Amino acid sequence: MNKDSFIWWDWVGRHTAQIQSATYEHLRLTLIAVAVGFALSLVLAAIALRVRWTFTPIAGFAGLLYTIPSLALFAFLLPITGFNTLTSEIGLVSYTLAIFIRNIVAGVDSVPPDVVNAANGMGYQPIRRFVTVDLPLAAPAIVAALRIATVTTVGLVTVTGLIGQGGYGAFIDSGLSRDFSTEIVVGGGLSVIMAVGLDTLLVGAERLVTPWKPRPGKR
Amino acid sequence: MDSPTAIRLRGVSKRFAGSSTEAVTDLSLDLPEGSLTALVGPSGCGKTTTLRMINRLEEPTSGTIELFGQDTRNMPLHELRRGMGYVIQQAGLFPHRTVAANIGTVPKLLGWDKERIGARVHELVDLVGLDPSLLKRYPAALSGGQQQRVGVARALAADPPVLLMDEPYSAVDPIVRLRLQDELIALQRRLRKTIVFVTHDIDEAIKLADRVALLDVGGVLAQFGPPDELLRAPATPFVERFLGNERALRRLALHRVSDVTFGPVSSATTGLPCVNQTAGLREALDALIAHNAPTVIVTDDVGTPIGSLTMSQIAVALHEDRA
Repeated sequence: MNKDSFIWWDWVGRHTAQIQSATYEHLRLTLIAVAVGFALSLVLAAIALRVRWTFTPIAGFAGLLYTIPSLALFAFLLPITGFNTLTSEIGLVSYTLAIFIRNIVAGVDSVPPDVVNAANGMGYQPIRRFVTVDLPLAAPAIVAALRIATVTTVGLVTVTGLIGQGGYGAFIDSGLSRDFSTEIVVGGGLSVIMAVGLDTLLVGAERLVTPWKPRPGKR
Repeated sequence: MDSPTAIRLRGVSKRFAGSSTEAVTDLSLDLPEGSLTALVGPSGCGKTTTLRMINRLEEPTSGTIELFGQDTRNMPLHELRRGMGYVIQQAGLFPHRTVAANIGTVPKLLGWDKERIGARVHELVDLVGLDPSLLKRYPAALSGGQQQRVGVARALAADPPVLLMDEPYSAVDPIVRLRLQDELIALQRRLRKTIVFVTHDIDEAIKLADRVALLDVGGVLAQFGPPDELLRAPATPFVERFLGNERALRRLALHRVSDVTFGPVSSATTGLPCVNQTAGLREALDALIAHNAPTVIVTDDVGTPIGSLTMSQIAVALHEDRA
């Protein structure tokens, strides 16, 4: 087979083990980043909602992180934290914050005022209300944020290939340096498939956590 | 009517931050246990603010509010609120919880076990006249009237002695509203809760309340008394204006035929209209006018004539009440 062809299936066949471990690695980096980013954002959003003036600095800082080019951020972190998962995750988590914080705050803000009023009037204490009333009602906005953050992170993980991490990113890097399109197509293609797969799972998850939402065609 | 005082407001004033005028001004009210008091008045009269100060969703700027003799400021906020049912406009149901879970909200906050909550929920569904098949539904699938019944059931769940109702029926259509009002009257006859009911609708207040507190703009109390007293003797021109016309006719609705000293059964009852003794005087008058008859026959519950009533006896009844 010609080395110039778009994809060389023979190569794919001989690298299933590497593809498998890259898939695992890619998924691991993505899930850690989304989970840590979400947990961190939940706390920051709760603070921003409770002490309103903190919203602008918190969202502003997260927004600033979001503007840093990923390549530059990893290059900057590398001498400080080294070639490891920590470096990748600091970068990856940073990018999820802006998405999560703004959406959680917007979601909680969109809880109908009469529902909040009723909850307070019935004697809910603040933390219990936040967890059992505000957050479940903000679920549609939160799941929307999870979808964006997850899809974004799956893509960004490939960039961490530059620092010896990156799951599928390693294929892309190697493909680029060797001018071998098969590796680029495999790395990029699988990354897209993973993003679409996780996104689909989250759509299903939304239905599970919001059974109360009226849906077209079903009463 | 000499019940002990359940809720006592003493010199309560409220001024919101950034406002130059008082929302509620030096308000003192004694609400007897087991009574339904309507707080009524035009918008900006502080009626909702007054209600919200009772469960401390708003704090008074000055004055005190006592619940069964205890200053509400000395009670933990969540305990105070869990001890009062709270019903609001549009019901304010939790959209993400089933009807059953909505009704069980306060018992769950109070830490009741599952079986006890379930049993109580079924009791309440029965009490407020809801179809038990709705229990597994979410509020979005309910009509406005059904949502409001769930709201009342939820407020009654932990059997609180006090019920605060903030314009509960103003968002439902007029026919459903009338039915909900009748249901509340029947419910109150059984439960004898101390109810504070905010409304801007004076007719609703007259129909439901044992006592009406009519507030003017700025939360100034214009008059406080039984509905009949307000209609008979409005204290100020504002009260008179707010009550509107036909005060005598509306008073008739507040009196039952059985409250009146009516005459003996006349010899010839044929062709004369009949009215049950439990009906209102307004209904009796309506029968007289509709049939152009000199008297209306009063019957007992099985339809046996027990007396007769003339136009002038009806008029005298309203005046006797003045004594």
